[in-house]
Amino acid sequence: MDQLVSLFEAAVVFGTVILFGSVGEILTEKSGNLNLGVPGIMYLGGIAGLAGAFWYESNFASPVPFIGLLISLVCSLAAAMLGGLIYSFLTITLRANQNVTGLTLTIFGGGVANFFGGALNNMAGGVGQISVAATSSAYRATLPFLSEVSLFSSLGFMVYLALILAVVTSIFLSRTHKGLNLRAVGENPATADAAGISVVKNKYLATCTGAAITGLGGLYYVMDYIKGTWAIDGGIERLGWLAVALVIFARWKPLHAIWGSYLFGILFWLWLYIPGLTRSSQEIFKVLPYVVTIVVLIIVSTRRKREHQPPASLGLPYFREER
Amino acid sequence: MQNAKVAVCMRDITKTFGPVVANDRIGLDIRRGEILALLGENGSGKTTLMNMLAGIYYPDAGQIFVDGHEVSIRSPKDAYDLGIGMIHQHFKLVDVFTAAENIILGIKDAGRSLDLKTVGEKIRAICDMYGFDIDPNQKIYDMSVSQKQTVEIVKVLYRGADILILDEPTAVLTPQETEKLFAILRNMRNDGKAIVIITHKLHEVEEISDRVVVLRRGQCVGEKMTKDTNAAEMTNMMVGRQVSLNIDRPEPVDPKPRLIVEGLTVKDADGVVKLSDVSFTAYSGEILGIAGISGCGQKELLEAIAGLQDFESGSIRYIDPDTGKEIELIGKDPREIFDMGVTLAFVPEDRLGMGLVGSMDLTDNMMLRSFRSGRSIFTDRKKPRQLAERVVRELAVDTPGLSTPVRRLSGGNVQKVLVGREISSSPTVLMTAYAVRGLDINSSYTIYDLLNQQKQKGVAVIYVGEDLDVLLELCDRILVLCGGRVSGIVPGRDADKNEVGLMMTRLGGMQCNESTH
Repeated sequence: MDQLVSLFEAAVVFGTVILFGSVGEILTEKSGNLNLGVPGIMYLGGIAGLAGAFWYESNFASPVPFIGLLISLVCSLAAAMLGGLIYSFLTITLRANQNVTGLTLTIFGGGVANFFGGALNNMAGGVGQISVAATSSAYRATLPFLSEVSLFSSLGFMVYLALILAVVTSIFLSRTHKGLNLRAVGENPATADAAGISVVKNKYLATCTGAAITGLGGLYYVMDYIKGTWAIDGGIERLGWLAVALVIFARWKPLHAIWGSYLFGILFWLWLYIPGLTRSSQEIFKVLPYVVTIVVLIIVSTRRKREHQPPASLGLPYFREER
Repeated sequence: MQNAKVAVCMRDITKTFGPVVANDRIGLDIRRGEILALLGENGSGKTTLMNMLAGIYYPDAGQIFVDGHEVSIRSPKDAYDLGIGMIHQHFKLVDVFTAAENIILGIKDAGRSLDLKTVGEKIRAICDMYGFDIDPNQKIYDMSVSQKQTVEIVKVLYRGADILILDEPTAVLTPQETEKLFAILRNMRNDGKAIVIITHKLHEVEEISDRVVVLRRGQCVGEKMTKDTNAAEMTNMMVGRQVSLNIDRPEPVDPKPRLIVEGLTVKDADGVVKLSDVSFTAYSGEILGIAGISGCGQKELLEAIAGLQDFESGSIRYIDPDTGKEIELIGKDPREIFDMGVTLAFVPEDRLGMGLVGSMDLTDNMMLRSFRSGRSIFTDRKKPRQLAERVVRELAVDTPGLSTPVRRLSGGNVQKVLVGREISSSPTVLMTAYAVRGLDINSSYTIYDLLNQQKQKGVAVIYVGEDLDVLLELCDRILVLCGGRVSGIVPGRDADKNEVGLMMTRLGGMQCNESTH
């Protein structure tokens, strides 16, 4: 029983990182932008939050955790949105190829983050490992009324934030006029344009907001998952790609992404709880989330139900028809 | 006295696209409680004129008055605000949305949350009023073409439009669906709405409209009350007087059947019949012209012969000029046709899509036809380069060099490269689609000369054209298509332009012309 609880806890923490990434990417893709820069944006969000917290904690003698939290949150959102803005400008205004731009953004984000992460580790001196203990403690604090319940005793507030964002995004997309308009842009921009909906504005807003949400995944990874430190091990990138896979797994529905993300978490950590695994057979278990994604892709494409398909104009630039 | 009923008044509207004058000082009145038919051939400027009312284009000159006030319509939204709604030929609908979701798309004052129930009720009210039959909760991808069109019309009405423009609405409908649409249009007219229907079908003009305005080459050439005119008069206005172009037309040399098409029927992916029971014979040493309103099956016909089109039934037999053997072409792909020793040459309508690769240079484009020849694993670039040089020299292609990507050449030069390549394979059948579209006069005559040369070599030339004057002077015989059927085959030398025009718009043309000789 204890093992099950600890597996599920680990799965939720893991799942929260990719849930942020997925919800942000779903919002982006609903506008027709296929942003493969998810890992890069998560890197940007993570490093900016860490740098903000580090600046605050090293300049004030007795840092207040809550202020550290606010500063890192703002820095993270700003950096992630900047990443989204770069992507939007290149693909919407300059009509660059979306795949190339996204992949470049991932490489760029990883490079920038690891460069500054290394610099921060040097500046931290001592053992050469940065630590923003005060800020991280604020992220890891459990909700006051849940600290006694075993399953929830180690979950920070961002776990719930991710859930709320997923639900809100789902309601926005399916129940509001603005959501309907946004979906129309992703499905058929020419139709949306003719109906008086601004394609450019919708794409920019969805991509930048989506990037901000995605960036929170990086922030959560840095502040909670690895407890306010920086590791140059490509961990964020691995999770970033899983977030992209989760978008497909969830068939572009944020509510499906919730259980999907926890399922991915369980599959990812399963090897820890199965006795007698060798080092190499562990690796096979870590592949499970990807295998499941491929299986879902196969099932969805053979069933050919239109609602389960990606937005029709995903990945395509929009040119207003001109003669 | 009728002035009170004038909804839209267009004065001296001019619109040019580059050197092409699409609309030349056109004046037009649209009245409430009346169905106006806008009649004209392809490219006569009907759709362009109406697009300026719908906010797709903005006129270069002229004035538009709506209900007596001068207006400036810069976007589809402006048009909606003035109560003008246009139903385009290509529907603008989101496939995975329901009818209701499509209908309310983009409406600003619809409130924040989606109340599809109220919307559904409002849609049903509109449907009951005019006799539409749609389910607001049905997804678009589950709908037939006619249902989609209904959604488009309801969408326009939902936004409060009382001036409706329909661009060739019957092109995609079955006769029964057309009847239903016309009944609805009459209901709307009786309700006081102003309706414009763009069409090139005379019988529809006669059936549905109260008044008809005829456009030809961007100019308004006539306006009549429908009851005061007849098909012959409207055709005269549409096609105009015959113009002499002085194109050479040598006598056919030793014509023998080369290609026999029998009972060819083709359906598109949606199951719409594109060609129905088409039969004809193309002879060697003659130019067979194919006339028809665009989209009447010309493309499908040529592609079926070239082996690019799925078919329902029929046969296409090729008669080998050397052995006299008959070879069945239908059901074969282009490679198989080539391997059987049948040299078809095809100059398609879409020059830089189907014909040539725009980003490749002249030599490489020549290679597209010959890359399979030769035995080594490396391609032979020498012969294609020589061919490219010859085409450039003989057809006077204006290009900086052989390594220029063909998309940088002008339209006429692109066409010369394409025709030059196709002719170089010494074809026995040469098919061209709109070979002189967009070409200047000199290039056009070069192309005519090339076709005549091929004809004199004994090639069976099939020339799909849109300019009746050219067809009448260039072709030995003219096959007229109307809605995917053969409306008739007339000899080019003594065909009458108006007669051909009538056959294009109505199966069989005049009743007296039933024999296809």
